[in-house]
Amino acid sequence: MEALIHEVYPVASADYTSAGHASADIKKKLKMLGVGGDVLRRVAVASYEVELNLVIHSQGGHLDLNVFPDRVELVSEDVGPGIPDLSLAMREGWSTANEEARSLGFGAGMGLPNMKRNADEFDIQSEVGKGTVIRMGFRLA
Amino acid sequence: MTIGDMVDILKARVLLGEDKLDTPVYTACCSDLMSDVLAFVDEKTVLITGLTNPHVIRTSEMLDLKCLVFARGKVPSDDILESAEEQGLVVITTKATAFSACGMLYEKGLRGVPVPLEWDKEGKEGA
Repeated sequence: MEALIHEVYPVASADYTSAGHASADIKKKLKMLGVGGDVLRRVAVASYEVELNLVIHSQGGHLDLNVFPDRVELVSEDVGPGIPDLSLAMREGWSTANEEARSLGFGAGMGLPNMKRNADEFDIQSEVGKGTVIRMGFRLA
Repeated sequence: MTIGDMVDILKARVLLGEDKLDTPVYTACCSDLMSDVLAFVDEKTVLITGLTNPHVIRTSEMLDLKCLVFARGKVPSDDILESAEEQGLVVITTKATAFSACGMLYEKGLRGVPVPLEWDKEGKEGA
């Protein structure tokens, strides 16, 4: 099925000032398509979390938005460093965020579990030295 | 309770959204951890915080929050207030500390946002 919207947002490592811009734009685009309420908020929260993760933890990457008539898909892909222990990373409260991220109110170890909670489908693949790919799907209506 | 009632209870100063003080308030959340706020809060909640960085506004935007309360008399910078204004947020600041602000609001009947905990589920399973 062809996507109604396909957008690629580059996300730079440690760019705390711009962090959230992609998610704000994603939310705006979905709103304009008439997506609202619970789904819109879940997509917004998950996209903000994954965007912050790219800023805080990755060496750079991109966040892709694909909107189909019946679903929204978010894909985050980075160039490293990869997550050595995924089950630990998925645990609430586990975090390797630095002081800067923590001083802004992040790095509480809620990001990945929160993405999983908000998305209807969640998949994470990671390889140390290569990078991490997170795919999230959200059903519309 | 309305945002206006909160302003009275907290003897707060309204920084933005003077025209929206009749908006009803259902629950509150007090945190400097935006990670936690993103995990548990819904749009009907008021956020009480001591953090004044742009991510507080961004977090509010993602969650569609209607009102932010800055504790200990904190006032965010103009650019942060501008982005709050763009979103139509009501922003108030109170001299009370976050702890005291929560106590004052709780005393008047406002309650915390319900948070489902993993151990509640475990408890149910074990019972």
